[in-house]
Amino acid sequence: MAGESKAKVIPLHSNTGRQAAQRRAAARGEAARRHPSLLSDPAGRASAEQIAAVVREIDDRRSAAAGAPPVDESPNELASRIAGVAEFVRKRMMGDYTVDEFGFDQHLNNSVFLPLLRVFFNSWFRVEVSGIENLPETGAALIVANHAGVLPFDGLMTSVAVHDKHPTHRDLRLLAADMVFNMPVMGQAARKAGHTMACTSDAHRLLAAGELTAVFPEGYKGLGKHFKDRYKLQRFGRGGFVSAALRAKAPIVPCSIVGSEEIYPMIADVKLLARLFGLPYFPITPLFPLAGPAGLVPLPSKWHIQFGEAIDTTDYDDSAADDPMVTFELTDQVRETIQQTLYQLLANRRNMFLG
Amino acid sequence: MDSQDRSGGRNPGQDDDSLHHPKVVLVTGACRFLGGYLIARLAQNPMIDHVIAVDAIAPSKDLLRRMGRAEFVRADIRNPFIAKVIRNGDVDTVVHAAAASYTPRSGGKAALKELNVMGAIQLFAACQKAPSVRRVILKSTSEVYGSSAFDPVLFTEDSSSRRPPSEGFARDSSDIEGYARGLARRRPDITLTILRLANMIGPAMDTALSRFLAGPVVPTIVGHDARLQLLHEQDALGALERATMAGKSGTFNVGASGIIMMSQAIRRAGRVALPLPRFALSAADSLRRATRYTELDREQLDYMSYGRVMDTTRMRNELGYNPKWSTTEAFDDYVRGRGLTPIIDPRWVRSMESRAVSAAQRWGR
Repeated sequence: MAGESKAKVIPLHSNTGRQAAQRRAAARGEAARRHPSLLSDPAGRASAEQIAAVVREIDDRRSAAAGAPPVDESPNELASRIAGVAEFVRKRMMGDYTVDEFGFDQHLNNSVFLPLLRVFFNSWFRVEVSGIENLPETGAALIVANHAGVLPFDGLMTSVAVHDKHPTHRDLRLLAADMVFNMPVMGQAARKAGHTMACTSDAHRLLAAGELTAVFPEGYKGLGKHFKDRYKLQRFGRGGFVSAALRAKAPIVPCSIVGSEEIYPMIADVKLLARLFGLPYFPITPLFPLAGPAGLVPLPSKWHIQFGEAIDTTDYDDSAADDPMVTFELTDQVRETIQQTLYQLLANRRNMFLG
Repeated sequence: MDSQDRSGGRNPGQDDDSLHHPKVVLVTGACRFLGGYLIARLAQNPMIDHVIAVDAIAPSKDLLRRMGRAEFVRADIRNPFIAKVIRNGDVDTVVHAAAASYTPRSGGKAALKELNVMGAIQLFAACQKAPSVRRVILKSTSEVYGSSAFDPVLFTEDSSSRRPPSEGFARDSSDIEGYARGLARRRPDITLTILRLANMIGPAMDTALSRFLAGPVVPTIVGHDARLQLLHEQDALGALERATMAGKSGTFNVGASGIIMMSQAIRRAGRVALPLPRFALSAADSLRRATRYTELDREQLDYMSYGRVMDTTRMRNELGYNPKWSTTEAFDDYVRGRGLTPIIDPRWVRSMESRAVSAAQRWGR
């Protein structure tokens, strides 16, 4: 009898089958009964288990019909992948996800942004990461990195590095230039990926919330520097990042990125065009703008990201954050560390494309 | 009420203020949602001797019944007659909840400004002249912060808008706040509480946002997704009541915890988003409603592009009010309460999901 009732479950997708229709109606009724407020709380629905149960029943029945012993009861690879995608699409369509106050949409970031960036990370730039153990397992830390490469690929690659290599897969929150957030599609994407504007209040808020925060104190000066100045650290601003870390008592982790300078080797900066478009610089690279869209493809340089030893800030007293001597000293220390590590990594590199 | 006990013991410097419950409360804007229901709540409080409801128009029968023992006075706050009401009633607490954000049916923006700003000036002048007034509570709005791409993630009470609002309701509200502070400066014995309420939503209240999301197709701005912080209508009432009873001086952001993205809100309500370029949006919106007076102004377009979130730490710690609904819960309550029929049926979505999975299971072998 049990087999009989299971057999009725099978034709799930044939629209004409009366049994299937009945079963669907029953399932729908049950779902509606259990969740009168379908819109309010679609979470907690046992859809994955239900699907898995149905799939297992189908498997059972198939293997029984073929006379073969039931070898695998789990859904096959394609089905589980489709189930994952379908669940993602359903959650997106029904708004069933949470966003933090920064607009960070972890659901979207993990399912869309990070997989896209991972293609660059693994196949294009072949990033090698070292020193990931210098990042704390929990709690806040301020990662300070060098900035280069016309477009901020280095920040995005660092976020992938932290998420994939860190034992607890933490999310890295970048402090980005305000121009990003003024751009229509980019600004929205950056917010959803968890990044926010580089201003004192936001930096402090992120650190106070115990997030791993990354900052690029060179800003546009580093991003838009000529290829001939590669791997020469630019001025580190006014040391605002140091006082943010001191206020939150968060450790500072220097981070050196090698490879980002070569993705768009900038040989000239057309100031006039930059002013015309309201950009901080207008780069001329060997391929841009001469080669058209091909000039937008970053060159496949080999990357190394090294996180240095964390600088502890808990020993400083409360007034240190406002003391220019302390902040300048710490800024210089961080800058020196990054510069030295850059030279070391460069000395060990034989070829910019092969590593 | 336990709330008084808490505030009474905690701040010895303000014992005078917090221990003295308001005796006679005057509430403006009695015929609007917040004013009317606040009066209903205050009238049920036995510690308040007398509640005076003021509005320029007569309330509906239902609202009048809800107000209970409150006394309704039909008066325009732009008229100096209001001073007489305050003086004769021996009012010690004035709640100004009358500022309206949407334009009246006739007159347009100029009339709204006239109503809001002139009314506030008259009311505050009347308060200044009446020696009995000890407390003024002003309902303001989060719109005073404006919205822009360069906003901090959370607005604190001290942060100001990057570009001071130049027109519309936001400008009026910041002007009204200015007049209220002027009153507090000239009468240091008056405790001034300014509540900056986030965008309110709920099953009963009619707001610009709730009307905007009620249509089957919701126009949005292409390439932008706003971070919205909402406030449930009951929480707005609760915060106003708490401020009336507590008498804490200062400015407080009032908003629910958590945020919701505009796109997420549209999806949760089962609506269909229609991304439009910014310039086409106001045209589409007015076409949809076929009215002229609801046209979106620049502030509202900015809000729809970037949204706005406030830091509510001060509300929780100093005012001692904790909203009961989070932003998402408030929004879901609105969807449920309004009985919005989803255009995209969640059941259909779920059945498509299971169909896709079973199809994959069949062909994937």
